[in-house]
Amino acid sequence: MSAENLYKPYVMKIEKITQEAPEVKTFKLVFTDEEEGKNFNFKAGQFGEYSILGEGESTFCIASSPTRKGYIECTFRRAGRVTSALARLEEGDTMGFRGPYGNTFPIDDWKGKSLLFIAGGIALPPMRCVIWNALDLRENFKDVTIIYGARTVNDLVYKHELEDWGKRPDVKLITTVDPGGETPDWKGEIGFVPTVLEKAAPSSANTIAIVCGPPIMIKFTFPVLTKLGFTPENIFTTLENRMKCGIGKCGRCNVGKYFVCKDGPVFTFAQVKELPPEY
Amino acid sequence: MATERKILKKESLGPLFEKMNAAGKRILAPRKTGEQIRFEPVTSANEIAADFVQSTASAKWAVFPAVEEMLSFRSLDKETKLEAKQSKPQPTVVFGIRPCDAAAFKALHAVFATDYKDDLFLDRWEQITLIGMSCTKADDYCFCTSVGGNPGSTVGSDILLTPLANGDFLAEILTEKGQQLVASLDGLFAAGGSDIDKESLLAKVTPKFDAKQMKAKMDAVFNNEKLWTRQSLRCIGCGACAFVCPSCSCFDIQDERYGGKGQRLRCWDSCGFGLFTLHTSGHNPRHTQAQRWRQRLMHKFSYGPEKYELPGCVGCGRCSRACPTDMNILGHLLEIAEEKL
Amino acid sequence: MEALRKKAHEIITGGQVKVIIGYGEGSPERARAIFAQTPAEVDQLIFDQRCLQNLAVYLMKPEVKALGKMAITASKNVLRSILQLASENQLTDADLVVIGITDDGGVIEFPNLQAVEEHIKAAGTPAKNEDRARIEEIDKKPLEERWQYWQEQLSACVKCYACRSACPMCYCTRCTVECNQPQWIPAPSHHLGNLEWHIMRAMHLTGRCIECGECGRACPLGLPINLLTQKLAAEIESQFDWQAGMSLKVENPLSTFKPDDKENFIK
Ligand SMILES: Cc1cc2nc3c(=O)[nH]c(=O)nc-3n(C[C@H](O)[C@H](O)[C@H](O)COP(=O)(O)OP(=O)(O)OC[C@H]3O[C@@H](n4cnc5c(N)ncnc54)[C@H](O)[C@@H]3O)c2cc1C
Ligand code: SF4
Ligand code: SF4
Ligand code: FES
Repeated sequence: MSAENLYKPYVMKIEKITQEAPEVKTFKLVFTDEEEGKNFNFKAGQFGEYSILGEGESTFCIASSPTRKGYIECTFRRAGRVTSALARLEEGDTMGFRGPYGNTFPIDDWKGKSLLFIAGGIALPPMRCVIWNALDLRENFKDVTIIYGARTVNDLVYKHELEDWGKRPDVKLITTVDPGGETPDWKGEIGFVPTVLEKAAPSSANTIAIVCGPPIMIKFTFPVLTKLGFTPENIFTTLENRMKCGIGKCGRCNVGKYFVCKDGPVFTFAQVKELPPEY
Repeated sequence: MATERKILKKESLGPLFEKMNAAGKRILAPRKTGEQIRFEPVTSANEIAADFVQSTASAKWAVFPAVEEMLSFRSLDKETKLEAKQSKPQPTVVFGIRPCDAAAFKALHAVFATDYKDDLFLDRWEQITLIGMSCTKADDYCFCTSVGGNPGSTVGSDILLTPLANGDFLAEILTEKGQQLVASLDGLFAAGGSDIDKESLLAKVTPKFDAKQMKAKMDAVFNNEKLWTRQSLRCIGCGACAFVCPSCSCFDIQDERYGGKGQRLRCWDSCGFGLFTLHTSGHNPRHTQAQRWRQRLMHKFSYGPEKYELPGCVGCGRCSRACPTDMNILGHLLEIAEEKL
Repeated sequence: MEALRKKAHEIITGGQVKVIIGYGEGSPERARAIFAQTPAEVDQLIFDQRCLQNLAVYLMKPEVKALGKMAITASKNVLRSILQLASENQLTDADLVVIGITDDGGVIEFPNLQAVEEHIKAAGTPAKNEDRARIEEIDKKPLEERWQYWQEQLSACVKCYACRSACPMCYCTRCTVECNQPQWIPAPSHHLGNLEWHIMRAMHLTGRCIECGECGRACPLGLPINLLTQKLAAEIESQFDWQAGMSLKVENPLSTFKPDDKENFIK
């Protein structure tokens, strides 16, 4: 945290830009102030406010793993004013970042358990952080299963990493695209994530499920997980409410007694069930 | 700190302002413009509005301005440079603030000082001294006594003045800040006042509900959509209530750039606006005015008190007076209190 | 009042409409909008000199529309608003039943919007209200003083948008001030942001403002911003001999082209 001003961003340099999918880019960011970079720490699940001075700030999770030091990555889809401006930046340009904010996935508590990751669309980035975190500490966990779906083959992000994960013997990867979104040489599944999940029917024994995706996917995934025997306490998700400050001041992300930015964005399904449906 | 009582003579009011001016303090006090009473910079006691129940807008901007610079920068081509922080805010005395509003300063402080310390707010806060003024009059919109306050409450004030029949004031020196101010104004505050029956001088505001029970009730009726829809049908979704409210603290962040220079600004915002929660994708978690009205009340009477152990509404009644469609908050609250479960 | 309630009962019990937008008792000495959906609620309808709010704003509110077919008790300002909205294709006969109310509380029945237009036209040019006199007074001031006056007034604006929300003609789902690509109007309520906001608001209402003064009444800070829109209404009237809310046709001089339009402003 920069001590001088709570809202003062770190100045970051864009080291690498990867075009992941149409309108989706990954930035690899390094601290321009080495000292700041050395002191910077975060945990899986946290997010930050990325900005272009003069255009505004935008909320993305930190998509790289805390086990990889010296840089952070974010993956974002071009949506509004800020993301459009970000999308125009080039390698070598500078931008703002403040964070890390929010709570984290309790990955230390998951030692000795199996992990089931379920992600849809642009929601793989928040998940990627915890996936890499888990894979870098692979010996701590039993089975690792990843189910990832997007609308079309073109919309799948992190294609290279998906390939790598698919090749790993210690990861079970299932990719799927919505019906009609496949290409002639598509080898993955065709169908919506909840359906594919039901078909794959992973065991819930000693397993943690982590679900990230658009609200509609989450809504239909919870019942399937419940049917598979997952208890609400063992299902984790992240909520996405519009944010400004990221630190529990501006009131924007308030849902029930929680500020999603400070008390979240990671919640268990048990907590989500108690929340007013305002997310 | 033990409260100390003194007397401020009416003749001393003029010199009080002169001395504060001379000491380089900015003085904000209620001033009348047309039908409006607003807290504005004044230099003399003569400028202060006389004989009113409550100012139209609150004094919260003294610590939480409607627009405030968060940071400034220069951007030349692709290079971005943050400018050094601005100088400290000017020492400020808010004179004649009502007890409910002084309590609201505490509510604001809780938001900005809990967990992350918001230095933009706290820098101003450190420079502020509140000279409260007890209420000798109240109107139908006031309900401070239902939310933990009263017309002579000392909560939040550094010094509280209570008008006496002869035009003088009973002065209660409540905090170190208050003491320092009194000490710097040597001689203006006279000894005395210990035998004054303050209670008898105050306005009578009958409590209308119990805040704790209201919280429980509100949590219980959360899912009663009919209730929230009925109450909010006439609400037109403007931000008048939030912007006159002394304890509303929600804000927006906006960037501006003109030429090579720019600022990131913090601006007041309101949960009553549909835009407040609207995602860029078009999805809006609170898409009806009923949900937004419910959020306003829940935030003030349930979530806020639970989080900060302070009322989120101080019962000043401003929102009701200001509302173009007569959304009377007390009326709505009493209706909720009577709701059968 | 009796006539009003009788008519209201008729259409509610007859099932002609689901809700009647009208006035009821409010906070002490105030009247407020009520939405009568049952005979008991109809009995709470009132009309007197406190009933100033321009109720036509509710004809555009999604939550009110969701109740079903609407009726509205309409004073002259509301009638003109309805005509203006209809001329902008925001209302049709299928949407509502109009119950006209005269200044003394009598009821005028309107079988359709056409009848509203005829009534308003027959009543002739609306009387100049006292706001026009205030505008003339400000107009008399020298330019510098006028500029000073508005600078002072507008600097107090906090951008609560009550003026916008209260106006029936401000029905856009996304206001220009909320369009941020590019950010046409600065969102913050600083000097420039306020000035641009009020110029934009007034310009967008030029030829559409029916001079009900609701924006000015709504402003929590008592800023006389209705004088801005009303000044432009006066300007349109003097330049084009035309007033908003008098007809069902789109004739707003700023939205329609006529071959014989004056061109003397092009210099
Ligand atoms: C915890 C969390 C994690 C997220 N992670 C990711 C991620 O990893 N990848 C990803 O792609 N997305 C992510 N999102 C979503 C992402 O934040 C939004 O999609 C993105 O901010 C919207 O784009 P924008 O900022 O360009 O929008 P814009 O609509 O241009 O917003 C620009 C700024 O102005 C504000 N604004 C917009 N319109 C108005 C208006 N009318 N008036 C006033 N202010 C306005 C916005 O709040 C924003 O701050 C995440 C969101 C959250 C909450
Ligand atoms: S909610 Fe209304 S009554 Fe309560 S403090 Fe705010 S303005 Fe005053
Ligand atoms: S109602 Fe008044 S304060 Fe609010 S935006 Fe309009 S002019 Fe400004
Ligand atoms: S983003 Fe400001 S409170 Fe959560």
